[in-house]
Amino acid sequence: MAAKTIIQTQDLRKVYGMGEIQVKALDGVDIQIGEGEFVAIMGPSGSGKSTLMNIIGCLDRPTEGNYILADIEVSDMSKAQLAVIRNQQIGFIFQSYNLLPRTSALRNVMLPLLYQRGQKSSQAERQEKAMAALEAVGLADRAHHEPTELSGGQQQRVAVARALINDPVLILGDEPTGNLDTKTGEEIMQLLHELHGRGRTIVMVTHEQYIAEQTQRTIILRDGKIEVDNRNGNRSR
Amino acid sequence: METAREIDPVPATTPEETVSIDSDVGIMDPVEILRIAWEGLLRNKIRSLLTMLGVIIGVAAVIIMISISAGTEATIAEQIEGLGANLVFIQAGFGRGGPGGANNNTPQLVYDDVAIVEGINGVVGTSVEQFSSQTIKADGITLEDVPILGTTPDFPSVREVDIASGRYFNETELDRTSKVAVLGASLAQELFGQGEDGNFSTDPIGQPIIVGTTRLTIIGVAAEKGIVGNTDFDAQLYVPISIVFEKFIPSQFARFIGDRVRLIYAQIDEEADMEEVINQIELKLASSKDITVAELPFTIQTQNDIIETQGATTEAFRNLLAWVAGVSLLVGGIGIMNIMLVSVTERTREIGIRQSVGATPTDIRLQFLTEALMLSLVGGLIGAIVGVGGSILFGATGDMRTVIVPASILLAFGSAAAVGIFFGFFPANKAAQLDPIEALRHE
Repeated sequence: MAAKTIIQTQDLRKVYGMGEIQVKALDGVDIQIGEGEFVAIMGPSGSGKSTLMNIIGCLDRPTEGNYILADIEVSDMSKAQLAVIRNQQIGFIFQSYNLLPRTSALRNVMLPLLYQRGQKSSQAERQEKAMAALEAVGLADRAHHEPTELSGGQQQRVAVARALINDPVLILGDEPTGNLDTKTGEEIMQLLHELHGRGRTIVMVTHEQYIAEQTQRTIILRDGKIEVDNRNGNRSR
Repeated sequence: METAREIDPVPATTPEETVSIDSDVGIMDPVEILRIAWEGLLRNKIRSLLTMLGVIIGVAAVIIMISISAGTEATIAEQIEGLGANLVFIQAGFGRGGPGGANNNTPQLVYDDVAIVEGINGVVGTSVEQFSSQTIKADGITLEDVPILGTTPDFPSVREVDIASGRYFNETELDRTSKVAVLGASLAQELFGQGEDGNFSTDPIGQPIIVGTTRLTIIGVAAEKGIVGNTDFDAQLYVPISIVFEKFIPSQFARFIGDRVRLIYAQIDEEADMEEVINQIELKLASSKDITVAELPFTIQTQNDIIETQGATTEAFRNLLAWVAGVSLLVGGIGIMNIMLVSVTERTREIGIRQSVGATPTDIRLQFLTEALMLSLVGGLIGAIVGVGGSILFGATGDMRTVIVPASILLAFGSAAAVGIFFGFFPANKAAQLDPIEALRHE
């Protein structure tokens, strides 16, 4: 595969605990994910998949090992530097949407733009960009609605628009369909497939086998180690 | 290195995380910080307003306090001018027998003492006062309890009272107990004035005036001087002190001890040593009464002593207000800190969301610090308006004179900002140090 490597981890370890009791959440994880891949991470609770997601998402740092995101070594970065990486390289889609309450869809989508470093964009430019992102997820007409005025599916679409706004190299989904009914979940998956079709790299944690099956590759964790790393090989819409 | 990590599996916050500025990545757009903070405040309008209350009271207190003390200082400055130059005040203190001379063994300040004071080297002028309160009648108008001030011809020059029309009485009139009187400016207006143009309906000069049961002739009207100390110069009637002794405060003891007076003024030569002259006055007065200086029951003050006495009162008042202002700013600050801490807890998830999309610890810290600062500055602004309004109101309705000092508004604003930053820092830091994963999980 000639594709550029987006995620590369080497012997990733994460140990939680105080004093005597230590929990090895990750116990030597090596993953390589290339550009344009659509990957599902599965595993029972306590398997370490949330910890892996947090480290991949630069929300957390490994105790040991290296993590290279799009050719940037991020394992030893400061909190502030990680924040900048999250802003520039990663788009998050959470299970519980995580939109700011009492804030319009448009302002929610604009949020990552506010924390941009270096490049200065005007308020008008930001609004324009956010509006385009909302259009891309089919919610242009809901731009000025607050989260409470939107359905779960619509809220998640706003979250997707927010994840896309800074043109990240990686989109991370933490059970993005977990709070949605099957039909709405399917709509969100459809949206993710579209993004994937346009070349986006997507990694998502899921519990649902049928969701995982829609992706190209499934990684199953158990006890902080990779148990299965399968190419689904079937369909890549 | 490897083993060290095993031993300390939970990575503690490394130094660079506790440093306030993430110098390596810079800060976000300041305009956005302001916007976010402003929206945060508007979200809880009532709460924001209540939080500001302490700062509002503090700032208003600072401004009112300073305007009152500036007003007092202006009054004192005028009094310094009004007192006359280089004056020493010799006042009869109450003897051990109490007022009224019940105990005749207590030495009294008497008219003859003026001659003693006058004879002292360095004294260039003297005057003397005795006071009585009488009902007066003139031009068909009766006024009760009018202060009648018996003095000597030197009085206008010693106390710097100008004569607007007519003249003051002279030595001959004093010696002969001539039945003459000079009206204070406002008293003249009351008796002979008509309308606001300041003209008299009848020229008071030459008019008769009945004081008590004595008929006097008005020979002059004093120019306006205003209130100096506790005395309204313009409301007095000036008469030769000999009339007061003879008609208004006759004393059966006068034959033995002389006529008692309230106050002797001594004007001291500019060149003379004030301390030395005062010592001489004490010495001579004491020896004339066959007592020691320590036994002398008189108060001898310079105008500076009097100003200081009044200054001390206003300073006590000013200190009290400064405490009130300081305490309410402190309480206001604690209120801000309290609400900011609540706000950080309430908005933990919001903080997590912001962190996940790229807010650095500094961004979060600045956001909450700006909110605290905004609370205190908006509070400061409202407080300044209340303070200025209050000062004007006090000056207009109360006995207190107020002068609004523009610098006090700056001072109050500065203190409010300092309070906001100081008390906002702890909550802001708490917010900045939240772990994004924990914060996102917060319900």
